[in-house]
Amino acid sequence: MEGTELAGKILSTWLTLVLGLILLPSAFGVSLGISEIYMKILVKTLEWATIRIEKGVPKESVKNSASVGIIQRDESPMEKGLSGLRGRDFELSDVFYFSKKGLEAIVEDEVTQRFSSEELVSWNLLTRTNINFQYISLRLTMVWVLGVIVRYCVLLPLRVTLAFIGISLLVMGTTLVGQLPDSSLKSWLSELVHLTCCRICVRSLSGTIHYHNKQYRPQKGGICVANHTSPIDVFILTTDGCYAMVGQVQGGLMGIIQRAIVKACPHVWFERSEMKDRHLVTKRLKEHIADRKKLPILIFPEGTCINNTSVMMFKKGSFEIGGTIHPVAIKYNPQFGDAFWNSSKYNMVSYLLRVMTSWAIVCDVWYLPPMTREEGEDAAQFANRVKSAIAVQGGLTELPWDGGLKRGKVKDAFREEQQKNYSKMIVGNGSLNSESN
Amino acid sequence: MGSRSSHAALIPDADSLRRETGFSQASLLRLYHRFRALDTNKKGYLSRMDLQQIGALAVNPLGDRIIDSFFPDGSLQVDFPDFVRVLAHFRPADDEDAGLRDPREPEPLNSRMNKLRFAFQLYDLDRDGKISRHEMLQVLRLMVGVQVTEEQLESIAERTVQEADEDGDGAVSFLEFAKEEEENGSGRQLVVSTTVCLKTQLPGRFLVLVISVWNYWKLLGIITTTAFIIVL
Repeated sequence: MEGTELAGKILSTWLTLVLGLILLPSAFGVSLGISEIYMKILVKTLEWATIRIEKGVPKESVKNSASVGIIQRDESPMEKGLSGLRGRDFELSDVFYFSKKGLEAIVEDEVTQRFSSEELVSWNLLTRTNINFQYISLRLTMVWVLGVIVRYCVLLPLRVTLAFIGISLLVMGTTLVGQLPDSSLKSWLSELVHLTCCRICVRSLSGTIHYHNKQYRPQKGGICVANHTSPIDVFILTTDGCYAMVGQVQGGLMGIIQRAIVKACPHVWFERSEMKDRHLVTKRLKEHIADRKKLPILIFPEGTCINNTSVMMFKKGSFEIGGTIHPVAIKYNPQFGDAFWNSSKYNMVSYLLRVMTSWAIVCDVWYLPPMTREEGEDAAQFANRVKSAIAVQGGLTELPWDGGLKRGKVKDAFREEQQKNYSKMIVGNGSLNSESN
Repeated sequence: MGSRSSHAALIPDADSLRRETGFSQASLLRLYHRFRALDTNKKGYLSRMDLQQIGALAVNPLGDRIIDSFFPDGSLQVDFPDFVRVLAHFRPADDEDAGLRDPREPEPLNSRMNKLRFAFQLYDLDRDGKISRHEMLQVLRLMVGVQVTEEQLESIAERTVQEADEDGDGAVSFLEFAKEEEENGSGRQLVVSTTVCLKTQLPGRFLVLVISVWNYWKLLGIITTTAFIIVL
């Protein structure tokens, strides 16, 4: 009996601590600085680890590890690659340039590597990122073992509890608020509930978020677009402001959450059958933004999770609705934990487990000035413009490919461009007679 | 979790492949991961479609020809050893003196001759050992698309065949092709150099031991958490 009493006492003290130190400050949006201290210690440890690794490894490897990717690419344009000036004639060896480019693409292409986690330049003491690094010293291994103990036995239970509390509070709170009649009180309360619960959920991941340019935060009646890395993106954005989400109605836990939060404030959920009808989707979204009192819509135009090193093609459907677009760039710091959800490799539960056993989730969120579609610009060009703005701000590479890896129109246009370039070289200068191009 | 285990034991016949292709252990491992990544349905081999999914390859004017080189003799699948053998052609040529090599051993895959053979079969569709004017025209058409007229293309093809053809049979044989390239010295272009060997190291045995211990820790952590929640 004494054992259970003791266990009960420990549990209650622990819960009170959690309540006092984490839950209450979240409700008020205040931070006690505990996570900052944790981050400082973490950064110091990782720096020490990096120095140890660099000492233990021969000099040349360190120099070359800065390059991303496994092959040295010859990035010279076609003219140089074909070792020619304009108007030089076709040679048998011209085929070498194309075959080399082709083989480079087979060994490592820009798109497929975006669907696996980014590789780190220096090890961050997590086994899952240990592809390249070898045994260096006993001290490093000891620190690593200590890290494993801390992460799995101290941080993981804490985080799981917080996540549990956060989600149940969300469901209960929004259901309660949903009972009220529509009024400004209701919207204020629902905002409070949303913000508090999202803050708790982000704390459960040990998330440290830096917001930049808060003056451009999305306003009501607008559409917010952001690059997509994982489902966590939603929580990260909602910590700083409430949004109306768009998505498919799902079953299970997600479905319960969806049904609960739509009672408190108007999100836009579609049935699976409705999603196919693009006109219906556009109509409902248009109705939503026409109402100035409703929250801004949050959309991820890439349509799929990318590994946060690049931005892929934005689907133009979201840009045809009209209204003001508020772009947001999200960049995670991979040193502390990998937030990318590789949905083909991990299901939701293992993904959450991996995230909760990383050191922390550190990210930067930049709000960009609002954009609208200009005269004479079609939806696809507008989408590209927004995509470039986000890529530039977040320091991400811009890729024109479709994240769904579908063979679409954009591919032929690219191939024609290459063909055009090449033909200009061998024919353009009129080294042959008769008609020019 | 732990899907990226760096064990060379994953690769079948790793040693003989290494000797045959000349890739380092680390490069081979990387290429194996790449092979697995391209094999979307985990079939154990690659089909044409898997290679066509690579965006940058699909827009390459010679993309289809390059894919064909992986499927000789009408086969529909390429397994890892064949995949690596084709890629081995593009390793940087070894600098050692050709005279030191044992002449009884087969030529290394990345020798200059083998590189040129690879390029030759991009032209020679019917594998008869000669590039006819018709085959040259087809490759040219692939590279320029619709940008150039038929007459211009034909004259280019005619001129090229005439320049390279020495025995006057109206087609370019492999030897004539090789001679032409030797004069231009452009065989060096067929090189894709990897930085793999510099980056990848294999874990020491001690760390492997610690990793297996870690697997137990992981289990322990999950059990602790579940117990916590149940008690809660």
